Amino acid sequence: MDLLNNLALGFQTALSLQNLMYAFFGTVLGTLIGVLPGLGPVATIAMLLPSIYTLDATPALIMLAGIYYGAQYGGSTTAILINVPGESSSVVTAIDGYQMARRGRAGAALAAAGLGSFFAGCVGTIIIAAFAPPLTELAFKFGSAEYFSLMVLGLVGAVVLASGSLVKAISMIVLGLLLGQVNTDVITGAARFSFDIPELTDGIGFVVIAMGIFGFGEIIANLGQPEEHREVFTKEVKGLWPTREDFQEAWPSVLRGTALGSILGVLPGGGALLASFASYTLEKKVVRNPRVPFGKGAIQGVAGPESANNAGAQTSFIPMLTLGIPPNAVMALMVGAMTIKGIQPGPQVMTSNPELFWGLIASMWIGNLMLIVLNLPLIGIWIKLLTVPYRFLFPAIVVFCCIGTYSLNNNNFDVFMTAGFALLGYIFYKLSCEPAPLLLGFILGPMMEENLRRALLLARGDWSTFLTRPLSAGLLIAAALMIVVVMLPSIKNKREEAFQEEV
Amino acid sequence: MKIKSQRDFWSGLMFLTIGVAFAWGATDYSFGSSARPGPAYFPFGLGILLALLGGLVLFKALTLESEGGDPIGAIAWRPLLIVILAITVFGLALPRLGLSCTLPLTIVLSTLAGREFHWRGVLLSCVLLTVGSWALFIVGLKLTIPLWPIYFTG
Repeated sequence: MDLLNNLALGFQTALSLQNLMYAFFGTVLGTLIGVLPGLGPVATIAMLLPSIYTLDATPALIMLAGIYYGAQYGGSTTAILINVPGESSSVVTAIDGYQMARRGRAGAALAAAGLGSFFAGCVGTIIIAAFAPPLTELAFKFGSAEYFSLMVLGLVGAVVLASGSLVKAISMIVLGLLLGQVNTDVITGAARFSFDIPELTDGIGFVVIAMGIFGFGEIIANLGQPEEHREVFTKEVKGLWPTREDFQEAWPSVLRGTALGSILGVLPGGGALLASFASYTLEKKVVRNPRVPFGKGAIQGVAGPESANNAGAQTSFIPMLTLGIPPNAVMALMVGAMTIKGIQPGPQVMTSNPELFWGLIASMWIGNLMLIVLNLPLIGIWIKLLTVPYRFLFPAIVVFCCIGTYSLNNNNFDVFMTAGFALLGYIFYKLSCEPAPLLLGFILGPMMEENLRRALLLARGDWSTFLTRPLSAGLLIAAALMIVVVMLPSIKNKREEAFQEEV
Repeated sequence: MKIKSQRDFWSGLMFLTIGVAFAWGATDYSFGSSARPGPAYFPFGLGILLALLGGLVLFKALTLESEGGDPIGAIAWRPLLIVILAITVFGLALPRLGLSCTLPLTIVLSTLAGREFHWRGVLLSCVLLTVGSWALFIVGLKLTIPLWPIYFTG
């Protein structure tokens, strides 16, 4: 009964007063940024990274994780009440959720989203606890070649599941990998692409990139858009408890959404966003004769995707915790946070820092419990926040991002770099180049290079080593299959449809 | 030759240029061999790959029809320039003027990027955010950020 012992250790850690406080703080903050459109978990976590220097590793990670899954809850509130997804993963929730709100059923929609998310979060946590140890075992069998191939698979997955043009997404990954090459070469100690600027020899900080592109780039893009008319359904939120019919209709969708989300979350490049899209498509296929048609306020269209995105958010921790390989941009920041705290992400974390590992998992369950309390009875507070105009919001984001980047190294060089990446972020936005793959490539770049070079060194320059080692070959074949499948005309159209239809 | 997709055309050109620049820059470092890859090995290969991908995007932009030419649309010059200016001013001012003067400066500047500007609201933001940041970052998190201008403290 290792699992029980481990979970007991986890709960012991997570239930300490300090960790409870940070979990609470994280989930509140996550809900907050989830509710506020125009501020996502990537920018927020990046903003908070400097502050974790003063924290221990466990509370720091508990807090950051809380922000991520908290944002999934908060995002649905905005989607349902004002038809603006607070989070990209809530885009599909807005379709039916907002229609429900317009019919005076906002309460039922919020409850379905909240309860579905809670159920999915619990299941996701159990899945992590059950599957992490065996995966870690497997990871110990990995050599350099396998790690390299695994990262290829991860990056390919990120591309396949990204929205928009495939070639552009691959290009963004390669660009990210290249930006990761601005550093001092680990093997020979040669400074690369630094233009004799001492700050650049340590590499570009990923916080700088994340804040520039995701924080500032989005502010500029938001300000450039015409002001939209927002209709907030604040008075109609009565009768939170769903009716018996609602329950009967929603629970199969919650189950399907949870299952789908749990699987998609583990996949490289997956996570909350993909899970919610896929679940909505599935619900439309499975539910033949909904009482209320989809797009007109079907409760299944809220319960399914919301459960799926929360399950996906939970299980996307699995590759990060067991292999040290981030499946999405948020997990990339978590890897960065662990590195800041001097923990080398990878399979050894479970044995070298068991409190951190199991404490984080247990805290997720506690965090989900906090979130359901935060989001259902206290919904009124969050609705009030929606009335804060953006013109008060964005200067605050600018200031926090600036302080965050400055305090990274107590140096204004990072601030100027961020300004440059803000410009780049806006260019990406204008050219519809999805920036998330870039961040992923940037994080994985140095790791990939090191493993590639080590693998080649060991194989005496023989590239076939990646194909003759069975595990590595399997991973590369999986990556190739993914590309082939996406290129198939029928799937290609479906993929484009899935991403465009609802946006 | 007619550009069929503006967005793709420019992104292709961007990838192509950056790829070539990195590959070219990598030639300054030792390439090594497959058995002993040097510092230029990985970036050179990636640079070439990015240039090829950029070429592909460019080629598609010139051959494949897209809806309405996929225009880039109006560039939001005002928010773009003002936000970047605000960040730069923050970077320049913080080490010299300290948090107490830099934040109001940054807030007033960045608010100009929006459509509306009401002095009362902006002043309120300035006070709230400056005091809040002081409490959070300097008192709470004990970050070493200068609070007052260096000209005061000597």
